[in-house]
Amino acid sequence: MALSTGWIWVIILGLGVGTFLIRFSFLGLIGNRELPPWLLRHLRYTPVAVLPGLVAPLVLWPDATGGTPDTARLLAAAATVLAGYFARSMLWGMLAGIAVLYAGLYLIG
Amino acid sequence: MTPRAAFLRGAGHSLPFIIIMVPFSMLFGVVAAEAGLPLAETLAFSVMVVAGASQFTALQLMQDGASVFMVLAASLAVNLRLAMYSAALVPYLGAAPLWQRVLIAYCNVDQTYTLAQVEYARRDHPLPARVAYFIGSATPLFLTWFVFTWVGAAVGAQIPDAFALDFAVPIAFLAMVAPALRTAAHKAAAVTSVAVALAFAWLPSGLGVIVAGLAAMAVGAQVELWLERHGKWR
Repeated sequence: MALSTGWIWVIILGLGVGTFLIRFSFLGLIGNRELPPWLLRHLRYTPVAVLPGLVAPLVLWPDATGGTPDTARLLAAAATVLAGYFARSMLWGMLAGIAVLYAGLYLIG
Repeated sequence: MTPRAAFLRGAGHSLPFIIIMVPFSMLFGVVAAEAGLPLAETLAFSVMVVAGASQFTALQLMQDGASVFMVLAASLAVNLRLAMYSAALVPYLGAAPLWQRVLIAYCNVDQTYTLAQVEYARRDHPLPARVAYFIGSATPLFLTWFVFTWVGAAVGAQIPDAFALDFAVPIAFLAMVAPALRTAAHKAAAVTSVAVALAFAWLPSGLGVIVAGLAAMAVGAQVELWLERHGKWR
């Protein structure tokens, strides 16, 4: 971890307070007011908009292989998405991904 | 229904979520320990933030050497959806006293929100019972989150490299996103996010993700509008 202890605590406190304020926003400060539809329409997509972008480079260029694409990890990522999507379950997605990752690492190396 | 009964009912309803919460919170502890984050900091993350996806995001970007500002911006962006939950809870919980709304806000996560929406739509509880149900559903989940973060952090550093823990976070994130790809708009947003993040991977750590997130939110919203106009939304 390149960050100093002080900066790590700044991140923890900043993220904690910031996340609380997001959670509290309408319940607390703004009261009984409706969110404008255009804003709701954007907020609906925050998890599916941010997380895939975060993982895509990690899947294609894993640190563990020095940034070279790795067959076992690519297959594991595909298995996770397919199982999670068709079973509509995070648990099945994770299990499929882990199973394919270990099978791939064992067979392909 | 008395507040006490509602609290227990909420706690009972939350139990199925624990199956996924145990490995997920342990994973955070393990990954944090592997990254060299001390135990106190790891636990503080889980207690103060209580939002898995953003905790993993922060951890990943901290390891990538992103600036403090980028770490905070990208991790908070992941949590913006909670504002939507906050707004949706107002008709049911907005009349509660301030200290209760503070507590409700702290307990406002994907699982408690989902449970509350279903319960409030199905049963007409008085306000104190609604509040108690919400806090009740959060209690087992939050305790699990804290305890198993600690367990994961305690065993974390001893797990050998052969287990390829480097890939645990991508698998966890993909498993979280895949079931959420319910509509064409969600799929378009996810594809946009991947494409833009890869195209902007050369930007300083964290910035590419933020650009990708904004672009993907806009695409999701536009596809939703288009589907709505053509009578294909919902």
